Amino acid sequence: MAPRRPPFPWLKPGLLVGGLIPFAVLVWRAARGTLGADAIAFGLNQLGYLALVFLMASLACTPLKTLTGWTWPIRIRRMLGLFAFFYASLHLLTYVGIDQQLDWAVLWGDVTQRKFMIIGFLAFLCLVPLVWTSTDASVRRLGFARWKKLHRLAYLAGVLAVVHFIWRVKLDLRVPLTWAAILGALFLVRIADEIRTRRRKRARQPVAARSVDLAG
Amino acid sequence: MSKPETPEPPSGEITPEPLFWRRREFLRNAGLGVLTAAATGTGLVWLTQGGPGLARGGGKDTPAPEPALPKVLGRYSTDEKATSYEDITHYNNFYEFGTDKLDPAANAGRLRTRPWTVAVDGLVKKPLTIDIEELVKWFPLEERIYRMRCVEAWSMVIPWLGFPLGDFIKRVEPLGSAKYVAFQTLLDPQQMPEQRTHILEWPYVEGLRMDEATHPLTLLVAGLYGKTLPNQDGAPLRLVVPWKYGFKGIKSIVKISFVEKQPPTTWSIAGPREYGFFANVNPDVPHPRWSQATERRVGEFARRKTLPFNGYGDEVAKLYAGLDPKTLY
Repeated sequence: MAPRRPPFPWLKPGLLVGGLIPFAVLVWRAARGTLGADAIAFGLNQLGYLALVFLMASLACTPLKTLTGWTWPIRIRRMLGLFAFFYASLHLLTYVGIDQQLDWAVLWGDVTQRKFMIIGFLAFLCLVPLVWTSTDASVRRLGFARWKKLHRLAYLAGVLAVVHFIWRVKLDLRVPLTWAAILGALFLVRIADEIRTRRRKRARQPVAARSVDLAG
Repeated sequence: MSKPETPEPPSGEITPEPLFWRRREFLRNAGLGVLTAAATGTGLVWLTQGGPGLARGGGKDTPAPEPALPKVLGRYSTDEKATSYEDITHYNNFYEFGTDKLDPAANAGRLRTRPWTVAVDGLVKKPLTIDIEELVKWFPLEERIYRMRCVEAWSMVIPWLGFPLGDFIKRVEPLGSAKYVAFQTLLDPQQMPEQRTHILEWPYVEGLRMDEATHPLTLLVAGLYGKTLPNQDGAPLRLVVPWKYGFKGIKSIVKISFVEKQPPTTWSIAGPREYGFFANVNPDVPHPRWSQATERRVGEFARRKTLPFNGYGDEVAKLYAGLDPKTLY
């Protein structure tokens, strides 16, 4: 018999193309000059927002599996994370290269003085080792336990990205706080699951202890 | 007669059954893949279009030009290239109509600017309520092409149409005890839907010291580009103080009061550490979260250096002699 192929073979190619669509739309609108009065600020905001959305989506995979038992979210997690990095890189490059046009004095001021910028930059830095170790070979090389520990950095990146968004907004916090709430909900699912797992372990232990007693 | 029988295809041309099913599967997967791509792409584009805090890209629905107002050429005009009418009317901060830059253009249509009255009260010899139609006839409307620097580090060049606030003040005769002028925007959540939220304290209020208010650069504005002021730019009457950040230019004014003490101002209530009473443009005092050293002129690609007092230092720096410029943000 042929080896069982994973279900939903269309999922990853579909996601790959779909994830690139907003980028294509941005490029198209930039080429046509329909990004609005402050096109650079607009592009910058869009790219940053897309990075956040993909980062949140990648953080949602495990909770989604916990809640539903589905395994497909885990299979697209890496791609979502790579998309987050893709858009975060474009966001950063747009700021450094197009918005500030490599004005190093301003950029230095940003990363030394402005916590809003520092937090955003740290969020980006968190993603770098995750991308570096995103291959199957890396998982084998590091061992799953260590790899998993390293990839907890994604949570930190998520928190930093949301704080960056909150500080970026002049006043109207409704959208960034919505994302903070989503992030909080994702954490809650993980924590609840963790507590449940521990309880189950503990519930099993006394039984084992009793059986030892009986044996003695 | 019997129908001609459909000829049986030669057995070599019959698709083997497993291949037939594989082809089926391939088509199904391709279809689902395209659907996934379309759903993901549409979802993402939808997500990034919406929401305050994210400026949307430009629409092109410039309103029909209003009848031109009579005007005289004004002093103090810059010869820099004016920002397009399209951008001046589709890149606005007017939170009463939404926090996105395009919201005012989309939502300000519901503001009724006629009939409209402006109340003048407080420490003044002639308290009065004046109809806007009459007010714009008090003085000849001058065209003044001013730089406008937003606290968000973008700028425009706008051909305003208005008259010096100082002329207006002289005419209503404030008392000697009046040290400040306070302004107030319309409060009406029916017309200004965002006033149902609490993102700012409503109504929007602003204020100037008397010497700032009577400075010849300071304008009450009723039009731009030679036309009646569009609603999203603060119709029917707004303040323009070109050496201060744009938020000082209170829009849709219904009340002007003469007071003795420094009046509260909306943005300094919202963020006292970030927005002060003076709000003079100053490249050396960064906003706590971003630099004010440079700005992007709307429509230009590269940033340009921000000038102290937005380039009006020769005219206004003397108003602040002896004051620490660091406290004038």
